[in-house]
Amino acid sequence: MTPWIVSHLWLIPAAPLLASLLILCFATEKRIFTVILAITGQVFALEISGHAFFQTLCNPGVHDFHNFTWFIFGETPLRLGWLLDPLNAAMLVMITLVSLCIFIFSVGYMKDDPHFNRFFTFLSLFSAAMLGLVIANSLLLLFICWELVGLSSYFLIGFWIHRPSAAAAAKKAFITTRIGDIGFFLGLLWLYGKSGTLLFYANGEGCLEHAALLSLGGSVTVIALLIFCGAAGKSGQFPLHVWLPDAMEGPTPVSALIHAATMVAAGVFLVARMYPLFSFGAIHGVTPSLQTVVWIGTITSVMASLIAIAQSDIKRILAYSTVSQLGLMMVSLGVGGMAAGIMHLLAHGFFKALLFLGAGSVIHGCHHGQDIRKMGGLQRLMPVTFATYAIGMMALSGFPLLFSGAWTKEEILHATWLWPVSVVPHLLMLAGVFLTALYMTRQMAYVFFGKARDKNSLHAHESPRVMTIPLIVLAVCAVLFSIVLTPAWPWLESYLTGEHIPGHFGAIFQPMVFFSVLLVGAGVWVGMRVYSNAGKADPLQESQPEVFRFLENKMWIDEFYEHTLLKWSADAARLADWMDRRIWDGFVRAAAGAGRLLAYATSNFDQGGINIGVDQGCDTTQDLARAVSAWHSGNIQNYLRAIGLGTLALLILYLLLG
Amino acid sequence: MTTPLPLLLGMSAALFSLGLMAVLSRRHAIFILIGIEIMLTAANLNFIAFWRYSPQPQPTGVMFAIFSIAIAAAEAAVGLGFVIIVYRHYKTTEVSKLNKLKG
Repeated sequence: MTPWIVSHLWLIPAAPLLASLLILCFATEKRIFTVILAITGQVFALEISGHAFFQTLCNPGVHDFHNFTWFIFGETPLRLGWLLDPLNAAMLVMITLVSLCIFIFSVGYMKDDPHFNRFFTFLSLFSAAMLGLVIANSLLLLFICWELVGLSSYFLIGFWIHRPSAAAAAKKAFITTRIGDIGFFLGLLWLYGKSGTLLFYANGEGCLEHAALLSLGGSVTVIALLIFCGAAGKSGQFPLHVWLPDAMEGPTPVSALIHAATMVAAGVFLVARMYPLFSFGAIHGVTPSLQTVVWIGTITSVMASLIAIAQSDIKRILAYSTVSQLGLMMVSLGVGGMAAGIMHLLAHGFFKALLFLGAGSVIHGCHHGQDIRKMGGLQRLMPVTFATYAIGMMALSGFPLLFSGAWTKEEILHATWLWPVSVVPHLLMLAGVFLTALYMTRQMAYVFFGKARDKNSLHAHESPRVMTIPLIVLAVCAVLFSIVLTPAWPWLESYLTGEHIPGHFGAIFQPMVFFSVLLVGAGVWVGMRVYSNAGKADPLQESQPEVFRFLENKMWIDEFYEHTLLKWSADAARLADWMDRRIWDGFVRAAAGAGRLLAYATSNFDQGGINIGVDQGCDTTQDLARAVSAWHSGNIQNYLRAIGLGTLALLILYLLLG
Repeated sequence: MTTPLPLLLGMSAALFSLGLMAVLSRRHAIFILIGIEIMLTAANLNFIAFWRYSPQPQPTGVMFAIFSIAIAAAEAAVGLGFVIIVYRHYKTTEVSKLNKLKG
């Protein structure tokens, strides 16, 4: 008997979905209606998620699912289902909490936008799809929600449709993630072909359970890698990361919700959900597919943090930081198992949403300026934003002890150190820690310290309370969340894995911690020294113009794609076009000519045979009608005369025949 | 000495033919109406004649004649009304000109 909450998990995505539909159908000029609907949907989802979370707290390591038949395909039933385990219960609470904060923030941020209702329709739709993705107990249901998430992300990136750059960014995001999704879909089909089911867990018959994994045989690696393609597309991993920084064209709350806290985490979540597939047959925790995940994650992480140093748009820096952190999560999934990656994902969800909302507040305050080189001195003008942003920045850089990012990062560093394959990821991760501290310090120095570099930032104003309160809530979460992450009390890790892990108070002070503190400190110190007195020109640009140009242009990856893949595809399209015109057109024209010839032949028969017969019939009828109608002279005496003659004739006939 | 029945019937037939001639040949609508009245009178005469020479004691034929005269009066009123409306509309009462219904 499954508990009530498990069979009613669908209520969680249903609430925002209903809110979205209601806003779409009934929204009027009165915005309060939209706001109430959207936020009620989120609160309801949060409430049920809380129930679900409580359920998993009561039963450690619970693994409940509720499967049902969607439809029957010939003889084969297609089954979907919901699943409740610590992994997705924690995700549910994080997503609903962060989205609620972001929904409230959006009410303030979007208050002057004429398409307020459309915004909340899409935002609620996104939330519904994401929650559906998390509760799915079937790879197919997950894939459906995955695509819905991609669709609503497309809508929201291109929300300001009047900007060509937003439309282009939306298209780029959609197409790039679609490339990954092709891999995902192939993996899904392959998995279905081999194991005959897409349910994750079904009392030993699910595709993530031992029997099905055994039946996959040697194809397990290929399937895992194909599925990882989808995860890499969604989570912005190299080489499919190019869409994520461009996606910052959307409104800032969208960047916070979709492109920082939740949607991009879907790829990491997918790998975590499919972890039994990735780690099947592991020797010392290493399989070919997990190795790929680690290397891709490492490359992504370091590349993105290098690029972030030379960006000037406040949101783009955060976007590259997101890419880098997602790489980090992938690495930790690859080396340290599911729990480490998900812990970082959860912590990252809070502080990255906080940073993005803080950036939104800054942008709002600076009259929609986004260039950090024009800001400065906002520390005094926007104190709440400054304080919360600083907390987010320290959590992201992994500042020790108090901030959530530190413990998860430390955990990841530790796990990479123990990785048996190679020590390179560990060294690169250490470099990544240093770089993260450096670029975040650079951003802080530009935005909040020093003097105002522009009149917009001189006249900046603190945001209204509807925007600052979500910031404070998220900041508190980012700090308090660290309590359950410390090695002294590894509650979250044991909750996620369902095993009891003893706490070591001494583990707080192990050498790795000091080492990472040293790196973070060095990053901040270097950052402050270099950037605190920077003018409009970047110090790095002045000293190393070539390197800066290379990084500012995102390592020319976009240009590389443009000159290779895009060009090839354009060439292929041109070839196809030529073939269409010159070759296939000929066949079509010949067929059309034959058709016309046939038509000509039959037209003669029609004209000469059928048409003339019909015409003559018509003419005869007409003539007859004309003759008969001539009798009707309209002269009533004529009619009477006819009647009289007729009667007389009848009379005579009667007399004659007697 | 009574008038023999065939004489009465002959007279009736003559009256009927006279009326019919009027209906068929006159152009003026009122004269046509008069013709119709004459034909009705011929019919009434037949009723009375047959009643007078039948063995039946009840005055059925007379009753018929009286009804018929009353109906004829009503019919004449309606007919004259039609003639007036037709005249107002077409400014003529010549029947041969009222041929709007020709085919």
